[in-house]
Amino acid sequence: MAVYPLQAYRVVDFSWVWAGPLLGMILADMGAEVIKVETNKRLDSARLTPGRSTVGPETDFVFHSMNRNKLGITVDMSDPRGAELIKDLIKISDVAVENFSPKGLRNLGLQYETLSGINPKLVMISLPAAGQYGPLSDIVTYAPSLGALCGYSSLIGYPGERVLGEQTPYLDVNSAIHGAFAVMAALYYRERTGKGQYIDMAQIEVGASTIGEAFMEYFMNGRVMGTTGNRNPVMAPHNNYPCLGEGRWVSIAVKTDDEWLSFCNAIGNPPWTEDVRFSDKFNRMRSQDELDRLVSDWTIGHTDYEVMDILQKAGVAATPCLDLMERFSDPQFEARGTHLQVEHPATGVDIIAGIPFKLSDTPCEVHRHAPLLGEHNEYVFGELLSRTKEEIAQLIEDKVIY
Amino acid sequence: MAEQALSGLKVVEYGSFISAPYCTKLMADLGAEVIKIEEPGLGDESRRYGPFPDDIPHPERSGLFLYLNGNKLGTTLNVKTRTGQKILRELLKDADVFVESNPPKKMADLKLDYAALGELNPRLIVTSITPFGQTGPYRDYKGYAINTAALGGQSMRTGEPDREPLAPALSQSHYQSGAMGAASTFGALFSRMSTGLGQHVDISEAEVWATIHLGHGVHLGVFEGRKSIRAGHRTISVYPWCILPCKDGYMCLIAIQGYQWKRFLEAMGSPEWMSDPRFRDRIVMAFEHADEVDSLVEAWLIEHTKEEIFEMCRQGQITFAPVRNLAEVAHNPHFEERGYFVEMDRRYAGTLKYPGAPYKLSETPWQLERPAPLLGEHNEEIYCGRLGYSKEDLVRMRRGGII
Repeated sequence: MAVYPLQAYRVVDFSWVWAGPLLGMILADMGAEVIKVETNKRLDSARLTPGRSTVGPETDFVFHSMNRNKLGITVDMSDPRGAELIKDLIKISDVAVENFSPKGLRNLGLQYETLSGINPKLVMISLPAAGQYGPLSDIVTYAPSLGALCGYSSLIGYPGERVLGEQTPYLDVNSAIHGAFAVMAALYYRERTGKGQYIDMAQIEVGASTIGEAFMEYFMNGRVMGTTGNRNPVMAPHNNYPCLGEGRWVSIAVKTDDEWLSFCNAIGNPPWTEDVRFSDKFNRMRSQDELDRLVSDWTIGHTDYEVMDILQKAGVAATPCLDLMERFSDPQFEARGTHLQVEHPATGVDIIAGIPFKLSDTPCEVHRHAPLLGEHNEYVFGELLSRTKEEIAQLIEDKVIY
Repeated sequence: MAEQALSGLKVVEYGSFISAPYCTKLMADLGAEVIKIEEPGLGDESRRYGPFPDDIPHPERSGLFLYLNGNKLGTTLNVKTRTGQKILRELLKDADVFVESNPPKKMADLKLDYAALGELNPRLIVTSITPFGQTGPYRDYKGYAINTAALGGQSMRTGEPDREPLAPALSQSHYQSGAMGAASTFGALFSRMSTGLGQHVDISEAEVWATIHLGHGVHLGVFEGRKSIRAGHRTISVYPWCILPCKDGYMCLIAIQGYQWKRFLEAMGSPEWMSDPRFRDRIVMAFEHADEVDSLVEAWLIEHTKEEIFEMCRQGQITFAPVRNLAEVAHNPHFEERGYFVEMDRRYAGTLKYPGAPYKLSETPWQLERPAPLLGEHNEEIYCGRLGYSKEDLVRMRRGGII
């Protein structure tokens, strides 16, 4: 039988939308038994991503991708009997993950202090926008607000132009990865000491941690970095350039003088490459606008993949800018199983994200489809928590298991 | 010293710039012992990147290097020499984790690939963070942060529709692959608890973008032929979901629930245009009238500062936020109360503030105990103290260009 890294651990995943569920996804991909707690009273909005052609909470492929490998139960925690079930589950679990606002679990009587009283070995992580304390801790936000409040969004835009801000769930995912690491570090400590603990993770602090050099610039020189676009302090050319075909672009980055010479050779040494304005890094950095225009004149005559082939053969960094469909068919991603086709009872087959890492000897895989609403109620409440059939039927009738 | 989360974990880092150093930084900050190996003379690439005080380059004053390498021990080693390779093997014989970010071919040429290292120390976990991974047709391709963000799809989501896509700011690709490397290394450590054996952890930076960041929507592209939309300062979904200028900067406006938008309109004093029938459906607004509504809202925003607007929004539980710049974050009372920025004194750099803990662990807090090492600062401690070389050997190694 396959060995999965975290197979010995059970995780109660209270989280919803993006950041928390992706943290749970990493643990589930590593083989932990992750039990996602949902309720029909208020569905996870990831089950209802806007703009889909199919409708209903069981057919959302975004949800299927982020919640694969997890079990699912439905329980109304605002009912005392529901909270009781959760406490019993915590008793036999190792980790709890939640991304409500700080008051969320407290109002249900399920905050860390209570849960750790039930299970002192519990490792619990909360990842709201701004953490458990501090003047911003009660703010109500969506993902874009995270970028705004941590400084990241102020950097997004064309060089020196207006702020465009982060428009992707980037910071949610950033938090998920850091959170998964923190949970495993805490488990590693528990293995040695038997002690559980609580992790207070403010998503805006994670966002600040991954723009370290911009803060250093401020602390060292008092300068406030603004929109930087595709400019880089030590590389030129360094940009995305237009290619043959509608809306196609290729990224090219040249760092050393050797790479510059290889680049010139690869594009056939047109006369302008001899121009003194581009003769060394200093000059190339100074003449970037002109350089970008001339490089574009060359790239526009080729497809994005042709540019990559020509330049990579010469040892120059270049890759196409890929959109959804192109990523699915890219040879590198295809060779590595970056996207997976997985069966799901409600949709037939979904295309979902692959495992974001590869372990050579204990490989991880998608071994279970994302749960239907309450799919594992019987297993969790019956088998794990030893409730009788009659008790379960009553709880369903009373909409506690709901 | 108090027991930390990762006390006792022995990590060796042979990487450069951001991805591998950020990966081991996350470990060092929770108590792992990280021995960093740098090239003699030059050192880590980030030493040449800056920012530098007064813009004067100096290998001991680079802000990026100082930020990424606190809590680590620093050694220099020329791994291209036979002696250098021998010393590295000695270090790895006793280590739990080896993190590296070199081209796969280089590691094979140096006989430092997993095949060789796994034989040397079967319990060793080798974490390789590369642009495209250890397998596949692009394995030996070159890729900087902008290139992996392009291939992985992140750039296609940012920028104006008719202009070039924008890579994420600074070198986010490297931070993401570094963090994923740290989490995945722990997967391997937990496997080792049951198998007793180490293994090779293969992180492809482009794949981190393409999977956990952006792999959840590929379905739409393949089955419905959809394309991502770059829409500049907005996301086209429901109105408002955008960044708009105000008196002293920018505001981030987002309202998923109708009542949030309604409250904001009321807070603005219920302008007349809100009764225009074209602005009744917020999805129609987003797709057809966004420019027009932007300018109507802007006219009001521009009369108010971002903190005024934010205060008003918080009172009304409206989900808008100010776009704070780096100085505003650095002095923000919330970050201050949580002690996020930490101060550290270091030779050549003086006393500086640094970004601090991304998470607070109640039992085993994140700590900055020592500043980033000077180039080769711990050579004697490691090579003589740990590996048993004499001080005379150290002199010979220095002369021989080994350290």
